[in-house]
Amino acid sequence: MNFEEIKKVLQTKTIGIAGCGGLGSNCAVALARTGIGKLIIADFDVVEESNLNRQYYFHHQIGQKKVESLKVNIKLINPNAQVEAHHIRLDETSIAKIYKNCDVVVEAFDTSEMKLLIIETMAEGLPNKPLVLGVGMAGWGDNNSIKCRNHENLYICGDEEKEITEDLPPLAPRVGIVANMQANTVLEILLGSA
Amino acid sequence: MAISITLNNREETFDTDSLNIDQLLKMKNYTFKMMVVKINGNLVKRPQYAEAQIKEGDDVMILHLISGG
Repeated sequence: MNFEEIKKVLQTKTIGIAGCGGLGSNCAVALARTGIGKLIIADFDVVEESNLNRQYYFHHQIGQKKVESLKVNIKLINPNAQVEAHHIRLDETSIAKIYKNCDVVVEAFDTSEMKLLIIETMAEGLPNKPLVLGVGMAGWGDNNSIKCRNHENLYICGDEEKEITEDLPPLAPRVGIVANMQANTVLEILLGSA
Repeated sequence: MAISITLNNREETFDTDSLNIDQLLKMKNYTFKMMVVKINGNLVKRPQYAEAQIKEGDDVMILHLISGG
C-alpha cells in the first residue's frame, strides 16, 4: 500500500484516546500525522510545566485544558483530522458512551486503577472492540524490554515491568516509544500487517 | 495428575488435581496489586479468583497493570 492508499483507508476510521498525558498526546499526534479521520480524545486535566518533559504540549499552553490544547496542536499538523474533545474525568458510564463508535480505543491513563477500569468497562460494554494498552514505560534505556503482545481484543504495549517512582520518572523517550508503539498497533489493526 | 494450560501465550503444566486463579497466582509467585485475569477470553474479577476453576487446555491471560503514562 502506498501512502495515498493508506490515507484513504485511515480517513474513514475513528480512534478513541482515553487520557491525554504522555501516552495519549503523543499517540494522537502520530495517528493524526498518518491521516486518521477522526480522533475522540478525553482528559480532565490542564497542562502543567511538569508535563512538558514528555507530553505533546508547549510552554505557552500551561494552564489550558489538555484536550483543547491537544486539539489545537493536532489541527496545526493536520487540519483535515477531525477531533472530538471531552474535558471530563472518564468513568464507566462515559467510557462506554464516548468510545462506542470507535474502531479502536487507546488506553492512555497514568494510573493502574484507571487502566483496570477501562479494561473491565470495555469487557462488559464494548467486548469485541480492540483496546491498545500502555503498560510499563518508566525510566530510561533498556530499549529491548519494550514489546507488544496480543490477547484477543487486548493489545499490550510496554515493558510490563517498570512502574513510575521517585527514582524512575516518566521521560520523553520511553513514554514516546510506547505511545508510538500504540499508534503503530492501531495501524496494524486497521491495515493488517505490512 | 497434571493440568496443562496456555498462560500468556505459553504452554505450562502444573502438578495438581485442580487449579483455580488463586492457586495459579501462588504457584507462579505473582503478587501483583493491580491485574487483569482472563480465562478463555472471559474476564475474572478479583472476588472470583478462588472459585474460578482452570481446566485442561484453558487459555489464561494474566496482565500486571503498572502506573505510568
